[in-house]
Amino acid sequence: MPLSLTIAVVAIPLLMFLFLGLAGVKMGRKLTGVLGVIGMGVTTVIAYGVALTYFFDPSYIVDGVRKAVIVWNPDWLSFTKDYVVRMGIAVDPIAAMMLVVITTISFFVHLYSLGYMSDHHGNPEKGFQRFYADLALFTFSMLGLVVATNLFQIFVFFEMVGVSSYLLIGFYYHSPAAIHASKKAFIVTRLADLFFLLGIMILGFYTKSFDFFNQNGLTGICDSMTAAQLAVGKAQGATFMGCSVMAWALTFIFIGGAGKSAMYPLHIWLPDAMEGPTPVSALIHAATMVVAGVFLVARLFPLYVIEQGAMEIICVVGAFTAFYAAAIACVQSDIKRALAFSTISQIAFMMTSLAVSSADGQLIEIHEGFGLGYMASMFHLFTHAMFKALLFLCAGAIIHAVHSNENCDMHGLHKYMPITSIAFLIGCLAIAGIPPFAGFWSKDEILVACYEKGLGWGLWMSAVAGMTAFYMFRIYFLIFHWKEHKVHTEHKPADQVWTMTLPLIVLAAISVVAGFVPMHDLVTWDGKELHTQLNWTVAGSSVAIACVGIALAFVMYYKENTIPAKMKSTFSGLWEAAYHRFYMDELYQFITHKVIFKAICAPIAWFDRKFIDGFMNMLADVTSQAAYGIRRLQSGSIQGYVYLYIMGALLIAVVSMVCVLM
Amino acid sequence: MESLGSIIMYFVIALAIIVFSVLTVTTRKILRSATYLLFVLFATALVYFQMDYEFLGAVQIAVYAGGIVVLFVFSILLTHRPGENADALTNQRRWLGLSAALVGVAACGYALFSYCKFCGQALPEASDFNIAELGQFLLSTDKFGYLLPFEAVSVLLLACIIGGVVIARRR
Amino acid sequence: MDLTLLMYLIPSLIMFGCGVYGFLTRKNMIAIMISLELMLNSIDINFVVFNRFLYPGQFEGMFFTLFAIAIAAAETALALAIIINVFRVAKKVDINEINKLKF
Repeated sequence: MPLSLTIAVVAIPLLMFLFLGLAGVKMGRKLTGVLGVIGMGVTTVIAYGVALTYFFDPSYIVDGVRKAVIVWNPDWLSFTKDYVVRMGIAVDPIAAMMLVVITTISFFVHLYSLGYMSDHHGNPEKGFQRFYADLALFTFSMLGLVVATNLFQIFVFFEMVGVSSYLLIGFYYHSPAAIHASKKAFIVTRLADLFFLLGIMILGFYTKSFDFFNQNGLTGICDSMTAAQLAVGKAQGATFMGCSVMAWALTFIFIGGAGKSAMYPLHIWLPDAMEGPTPVSALIHAATMVVAGVFLVARLFPLYVIEQGAMEIICVVGAFTAFYAAAIACVQSDIKRALAFSTISQIAFMMTSLAVSSADGQLIEIHEGFGLGYMASMFHLFTHAMFKALLFLCAGAIIHAVHSNENCDMHGLHKYMPITSIAFLIGCLAIAGIPPFAGFWSKDEILVACYEKGLGWGLWMSAVAGMTAFYMFRIYFLIFHWKEHKVHTEHKPADQVWTMTLPLIVLAAISVVAGFVPMHDLVTWDGKELHTQLNWTVAGSSVAIACVGIALAFVMYYKENTIPAKMKSTFSGLWEAAYHRFYMDELYQFITHKVIFKAICAPIAWFDRKFIDGFMNMLADVTSQAAYGIRRLQSGSIQGYVYLYIMGALLIAVVSMVCVLM
Repeated sequence: MESLGSIIMYFVIALAIIVFSVLTVTTRKILRSATYLLFVLFATALVYFQMDYEFLGAVQIAVYAGGIVVLFVFSILLTHRPGENADALTNQRRWLGLSAALVGVAACGYALFSYCKFCGQALPEASDFNIAELGQFLLSTDKFGYLLPFEAVSVLLLACIIGGVVIARRR
Repeated sequence: MDLTLLMYLIPSLIMFGCGVYGFLTRKNMIAIMISLELMLNSIDINFVVFNRFLYPGQFEGMFFTLFAIAIAAAETALALAIIINVFRVAKKVDINEINKLKF
C-alpha cells in the first residue's frame, strides 16, 4: 500500500466531520452512527496498511536506518525566505505507530458509541449526530498532529485537539458540571499552550526552521542527532537568566505538552474531564489526546538529548506525577476519576521513561543500548492506549448498566456482567504488569531504563508500579466482588448490546497480545534496531511487587470486611488529603480567586470602569445632553425648516456681499 | 430701441406677473389661488414668447398651464368643499413669512441694482433656431447634446408614474 | 427706451418673494405646492432671460428650463398624490397634520 494513502487517513475523518456535522441533522441517528463507524473503519484499514507497509517494506530502511518519509509538504505561510511554515504529512516510526493506535481506538469507540450513546437514562440521546461529528473532528486533529512535518503544524493541531476535547467534554452542555469541566480543560491547556507557542517562537528564532525532517537540502531540527546538534549550535552562546535559550525553549515546549498530558501541576483538568461521555474519556482522555505531550517530547527527542537541563525537569516532573496520581487513585470512589488518575500516572511513566533515556552527562555519547527509554515509552504508549481504552469502555458499560459512577452503587457485578468483568480483569492484569499481558513488557522496559539512570529512580518507579497494581485491583474488586449486588426489581445490570461488548472483547484480546509486538525493532529514536533482552532481575522483582499489590487489594477488597474502614480511620488525614487530590484544586482556586483576581484583576477592572469607561461615558453623556438641548429644532414643521433655510442662505449671501465690499 | 408695442407688452406682462403672484399667495380661497397661478404661468409663457422661444412658451402653456394647474384643480376639488375660506393668518405667521420674503427680496434686489454689470444689457438679435435643431440637440451626444439628461428625465417620469400609482392606490 | 435684463429680473424676483411668503404662511399643503410652483417659475424665467440676453447664440438656459418644467411636473404630480393620500387618512390637507418627523 503506497504511503501517499496517509493523506486519505487524515482526509477521511475531516470529510466525515464536515458531512456528519452539516448533514447529520437531516439524517437519522442510525444512519449517522453507521456512516461514522464505516468511515472510521475504512480509515483504520488504510492506516493499518500504511503502517504495515512502512514497518515491513525493506525499501524504507537505508543503511539500517528507518528513515522518515515525507509524503506531502506544501508551503503554507512563507513569511520570509528563511521562515516558511509548511503543512504536510510525514510518516516516521512514531507517526506510523500513532496512526495505528489512534485509528484502532477511534474505530472501537465509534462502534461502542452506537450502543452507549443510543440512550441517556432511557431517553434518546440528544445531539447523537453532533457527537459523531465531534468524534470525527477529534480523530482528524489527532491524526494531523502525529503526521505533522513541523512544529507549527503540531501547534495548530494541538489547538484543534483542544477544541474538539472541549466540545466533547461539554457534550452534556445542559449540565453545569460538564460546562465547568470543559472550560477548565480548555483554560488550563490554553495556558500551557501559551508556553508552547513561546517555545516554538524561541526555537524558530534561533534555528531558523520549524521543520522536523531534512527535505530538499534543508536541514530539519530533529532529523538526526547531527541535525539537532546543528540546530542547537545556532543558538550557541545565547543565554537567558543563566540557562541557554534552547533549554528555555524546550522547557516551554514541554510545559505545552505537560498541559495536554496532564503532568503535575497542570493535571487538574483531566479528572474533571470525565464529565464527558465515557467513550470520549476512553478515546481522548485515556488513549490518544493525553499522550500528545509525550508524543511532542518524543518528536523533539534529539533536541532534548542535547539539552540536559530540560530533560532533568521532565524526569523530575514525570516521576513525581506518577507517584502523586497513583496515590490519589488509591482512594477515589468514582471509578472514572480513579481511572483518570491512573491515566495521569501511566503517562507520567512514559514521560519519565523518555527523560531517563538520555541523562548521562554533558558529553553526548551515544552508547550501545541508548534510547531504551524512548522505545519503552513509545511501547508503553501503545499498550497503555489499548488497555486503558479497554478499562474505560468497561467502565462505560458498567455505568450504562447501573447508572452511577460511584463504586458503592456497584459491588458484586461479576455475576451479572461476566464478559465485562473478564475484560476488566484482563485490563487490570495488563496495567498491573503481569506477564504475558501487554503492560508487563512495556512497563518492564521502562523500569529497566529507570534502573539504568539510577537505582533511586528505578526503585521509585517500581513502587509506583506496585501502587498501580493495588489501585487497579481495588477498583476491580470493589466493582465486581466485595458483596452481593442489591438488585432493583425493575432493572437488572447485564452485559450490554453487542456493539458495546465487541470492542471490549477485541481490545481485551489486543491487551493480551500487544506485548509481543517487536517494538524494539520498529520504533526507536534513530530508526535503527535496538537489541534488548528481558532483564530477569527487574522483570522478576516488578512482577513480585505487582503481585504484592494485587494480594493486598485482594485481602482488603475481595470480600466485604472492615479493613478499609480501619485503614481509613487510622490514616484519616492522609486519606482525606488523597481523596481531595492533595487540595490542588483548592490551591488553584485560591491562587486564581484570592491572588490573581483580587490583586491583579480587581485594580485593572477598577481602572477600566472608572477611567476607560468613564471617559467613554462622558463622551456619550455630553452628546446625549447636547442632543437633548437641540432636539427642539427638529420640530417636524416643514415651514420652520424652510424659514431657517432661507435665513441661512440669506446670511451666507449677506456675508459674501460684505466680503466683496471689503 | 424696442418697438412701442413690445414695451407696452412688457409692462402688461410685468404687471400681470407681479399682481397675480401677490394675489396667488394672499387670496383665502384655494381655487382662486390656483387660478391666479394659471395667470402667472400664462404671463411667464408670454415672457418666453417675447424672448423668441416659441417652443418653450408652448411647453410652458401645455405642461404647466395645461397639466399641472389641472392637476392642482383636481386635487383641490377632491380635498375641499367649494367656496371654502382658509383660516385667517395669525399675525405671527404673517410677519414670519413677510420678514423672510422681504429680507430675501431686499437682499437680492440690492445685489441686482448694485452689482449686476449685465443688467443694463439690451435685448440682442435672436439667432436662427428651429424645432428640428432643438430635436437634434435633445438627442445628441455631442457637445451641447442633451441625451443624458433627456434619458434621466424620462426615467424620472417613469418613476413618478409608478410612484404616483403606488401612493395613490387604495389599499 | 430699451428693455433691459434688469426689467425682466425684477418681476421674477417679486414672484420669488411671493413664493417664499406663500410657502411660509400657508397651512394648506396644496397652497404650499402652488407657492413652490411660483418659485420654480421665477427661476425658469431667470434662466431664460439670462440665456437670451447674454448668450443669444446658445440655448443652455432654454434647455435647462425645459428640463426644469418636466421635473416640476413630475414632482407636482407625486406631491399631489401624497397630499391626497394624507387627506384620506387625516381628512385634512393641513401641513400641521404631518409633523411626525419631529424629535
